Amino acid sequence: MSYDKEKRNEMQADLAKWQEKVDKMLSKKKERKDVFISSGANEINRLYTPLDVPSEYKEKIGLPGEYPYTRGPQSNMYRGKLWTMRMYAGFSTAEESNKRYKYLLENGSSGLSVAFDLPTQIGYDSDHEMSEGEVGKVGVAIDSLADMEILFDNIPLEQVSTSMTINSPASILLAMYMAVGEKQGVSPEKLRGTIQNDILKEYAARGTYIFPVQPSMRLITNIFEFCSAKIPQWNTISISGYHIREAGSTAVDEIAFTFADGMAYVKAAIKAGMDVDSFAGRLSFFLNAHNDLFEEVAKFRAARRLWAYIMKEYFKAKDPRSWMFRTHSQTAGSMLTAQQVENNVVRVCIQALAAVLGGTQSLHTNSKDEALALPSEGSVRTALRTQQILGYETGVADTVDPLAGSYYIEALTEKIYNEAWEKIQKIEEMGGAERAIELGYIQNEIQKAAYQWQMDVESGKRVIVGVNKFQVEEPEPTGLLRVDLSVQKAQIAKLDALKKKRDGIAVANRLEELRQAAKGDGNMMPYIINAVKAYATEGEICGVLREEWGEYVAAVTL
Amino acid sequence: MAERKIRVLVAKPGLDGHDRGAKVIAQAFRDAGFEVIYTGLRQTPERIVATAEQEDVDCVALSMLSGSHLTLMPKVTKLLKEKSMDDILVVGGGVIPNEDIPLLKEAGVSEIFTPGTPTSLCAEYIKNNIHLK
Repeated sequence: MSYDKEKRNEMQADLAKWQEKVDKMLSKKKERKDVFISSGANEINRLYTPLDVPSEYKEKIGLPGEYPYTRGPQSNMYRGKLWTMRMYAGFSTAEESNKRYKYLLENGSSGLSVAFDLPTQIGYDSDHEMSEGEVGKVGVAIDSLADMEILFDNIPLEQVSTSMTINSPASILLAMYMAVGEKQGVSPEKLRGTIQNDILKEYAARGTYIFPVQPSMRLITNIFEFCSAKIPQWNTISISGYHIREAGSTAVDEIAFTFADGMAYVKAAIKAGMDVDSFAGRLSFFLNAHNDLFEEVAKFRAARRLWAYIMKEYFKAKDPRSWMFRTHSQTAGSMLTAQQVENNVVRVCIQALAAVLGGTQSLHTNSKDEALALPSEGSVRTALRTQQILGYETGVADTVDPLAGSYYIEALTEKIYNEAWEKIQKIEEMGGAERAIELGYIQNEIQKAAYQWQMDVESGKRVIVGVNKFQVEEPEPTGLLRVDLSVQKAQIAKLDALKKKRDGIAVANRLEELRQAAKGDGNMMPYIINAVKAYATEGEICGVLREEWGEYVAAVTL
Repeated sequence: MAERKIRVLVAKPGLDGHDRGAKVIAQAFRDAGFEVIYTGLRQTPERIVATAEQEDVDCVALSMLSGSHLTLMPKVTKLLKEKSMDDILVVGGGVIPNEDIPLLKEAGVSEIFTPGTPTSLCAEYIKNNIHLK
């Protein structure tokens, strides 16, 4: 959108005249608000014109499937294939979750996404004292390969792609997944999926860390290296802004902190001796699809352009696949209200639309009842149907990057790009994401924004329909899904039976080999795989690593 | 003599790492004039009670979103009672189904604040219900 100087001058003059008129009008009648702040904390102008749009179309916007990928990583985007409709699910036992996965696949889900319970995410078996009350609550309980075999029973792993929200023990769950594949006769090079494996955002925003920074970063680079040789279609990490945003960050910070984390992983792998193009193509991302429709679309577009720039210009990657920002997204759980839950269906629909217009590669849509409890089967179906309606009925997927060229979208894309890059440079000056987390900088920035949000809601500056405006008296919600304590008992009984049945000497030997490997500096993956295949439990494996590496001690920031 | 400030321990029991709510409420309590101690993540009921004792607090505010509140909250109140510290006001907040609230109250949790509650209301409740030492 380049205009010659004469045209620009003319536009500027017109704009100045228009501004005078508007000022006169405003002196008589004020606008709804003094300043208009987006849900991601960007200040929004009254009007955007061609003067706000960057004039370098080829360099900054370009064509889909081409650098800088602002318009999308693929050249034909959803005309070729719709995004993967991937519903995050898992609760109770492996048996129950297996049923839910089959239900989702029968209803047209195109990929699986496994939610693990907190003990599994933190490397405790179901019988550990820290697991009390938590088993099977926020996800499925997996103690050993035996549970994983049940979880994927009769689900052909060569046909589905599976995303696993697992970070500290990602290597262990990946090893289990490979072992299940092997039993099904599926070779590792055919396995497709993602492990979250993003420890830095756990330290900063999500909290399921186990080990200190150094060994954690080692495990991550071990996985990069192992996967590039053995499971080439596997996404080795899902660098996540989702939880940073959920914790309360602004839209710009969601991108800035995520990419600062991403850069830390790339640097660690390069430092470990890897060539950037050998692993960068398998890095994937995970963003939030928040309330503010246009801002979110601009955010996805800015993120693609910025990551491409970072990989090409900063890390000097040569393979275009290393430049491509590919992302999963999820609608904002923190924006669901416990009041008038039906309204959440509408919120989720608009958030999902933002992700699709932003060009996401896969999407999870939240269920309306998630501000109250785990989602019921019926509400999960509505959430999935929301994606299907967007994909099949509305036409929004029929052309690539439909909002490109909107003065507003392009101006906001440019703004988010610039501000995120500025913040990333600030973090780099501090010594990178690891240091910024250690200093509490990232946590504090998130906290500040979260508090500001809460105060704006309480003062009524931000209206949340049904919460601080348009409230009604409601009956108690009924039919909520609950996981009772019998799950923990059943899981402990399974664990006891497994320990009696397995070859105890083999387990002890594999764990001792693992311990020796942990003391050295080689790749941990082969040892973890051997331990898993001998049916060592997740808690036993993490226990050995805890003894050797210690545990991360979080700085309490407030 | 200056009036003693209300001392509140904001705690995250269990393994859940979602502490946006805990940190927001802690800051709001601070702005309301309370002395606030925040425990950080992954606190066992035993550790929470030990901190409450050490910090000589008037109120323990438990933040939970993982669904394990029926196990962990009553454990905190039980331990407080065992140590004859049940003059400490215990409140809870987070994703907690309404039908669980009577059970928690029976176990000695004084009030539960569910999503959407203004922070000022929580602070007001504490001011009105603590037994000042």
